[in-house]
Amino acid sequence: MADTTTRMKPRPLSPHLQVWRMTLTMAMSIAHRITGAALYFGMLLVAWWLLAAAAGPNAYAIFESFIGSIIGKLILFGFTWALIHHALGGVRHFIWDMGRGFEPSEREMLALATLIGSIGLTVVLWVIGFMVIGGGSQ
Amino acid sequence: MAEFSLPKNSKITEGKTWPKPADATRITAFRIYRWSPDDEANPRVDTYYVDRGDCGPMVLDALIWIKNNIDPTLTFRRSCREGICGSCAMNIDGANTLACTRAIDDEKRDVVKIYPLPHQPVVKDLVPDLTNFYAQYASIQPWLQTVTPDPEKERKQSHDDRAKLDGHYECILCACCSTACPSYWWNSDRYLGPAALLQAHRWIIDSRDEATGERLDNLEDPFRLYRCHTILNCAKVCPKGLNPAKAIADIKKNLVDRQV
Repeated sequence: MADTTTRMKPRPLSPHLQVWRMTLTMAMSIAHRITGAALYFGMLLVAWWLLAAAAGPNAYAIFESFIGSIIGKLILFGFTWALIHHALGGVRHFIWDMGRGFEPSEREMLALATLIGSIGLTVVLWVIGFMVIGGGSQ
Repeated sequence: MAEFSLPKNSKITEGKTWPKPADATRITAFRIYRWSPDDEANPRVDTYYVDRGDCGPMVLDALIWIKNNIDPTLTFRRSCREGICGSCAMNIDGANTLACTRAIDDEKRDVVKIYPLPHQPVVKDLVPDLTNFYAQYASIQPWLQTVTPDPEKERKQSHDDRAKLDGHYECILCACCSTACPSYWWNSDRYLGPAALLQAHRWIIDSRDEATGERLDNLEDPFRLYRCHTILNCAKVCPKGLNPAKAIADIKKNLVDRQV
């Protein structure tokens, strides 16, 4: 047996994220996580909206001035995209849960469809929003 | 918890640049991860220049060429040189594959970058310690289990049932898939990983096996099976073209099916 008095020096951990070449499906998995986390903060916005509406005109005016500002609109736009992206990601996972969509071309197509679909639907939703309510101005 | 950065003793430093071969008309650079247990240094990346006129077409050919002609201390596993033993699995140009079936010119790049399989303890240079990986494979009990008395001759299987094993039995346990999986990187102490789960599925769907229930019981666990988040790196890198992600989804389906 080996001499027990000589301690081996601890083995290093081989590099992982540091050397890995990102793939589309991996990026979409990360995006699904991030949008999922972002929705928690988006829900705070929804809660604020509801509370403000319940609290009265003054409280609602404060909310409205925030959400009507450029920053507010940007946050709302991001929230809309995160919501739609995460929902489409959910559909993608639902397809996988049925054991489908695993072939190489299918999984790339699904990943791309989620991304293009979420961006497209977000833009469409906002265009409709601006056309119907005129960009948040009273 | 996921630790995204490398521990202090694993941080990679710039290594040695070895001289270019003389009289070579075509040269390709190789940047290769080095670490030796015999000194106190951190891992480093050495640069080698390979004379392509004197070297075979595959990445493994280049590694052997470097070992023979430049640096005999370069350490890596290899055996069959035809993609059936799984020994030379490593991270080449940012993805796991077999050095023997990967052509040097697969990538239109000036430099070929080679690291050991990701997020594993390194024994030396490109040799990872796969003890945990093999233990996980053993844990799914990869052998035929029966309770009925042995028949006179073999246990028979229809052609259709045999065909279900296609896409499973071809696995060579090279560990490309498991060490490509971020879930496995962060949770390999509890998550079995794609390779072990592909083989678990291979025995679950074997018509001759009579331990299907126990096999599924063993996998019904938030970590052992359900750490798979369908990132799909496993299926993408498999050098045998297998689809562990699909097999894992099928196990999840089996678990639902038996409850309804």
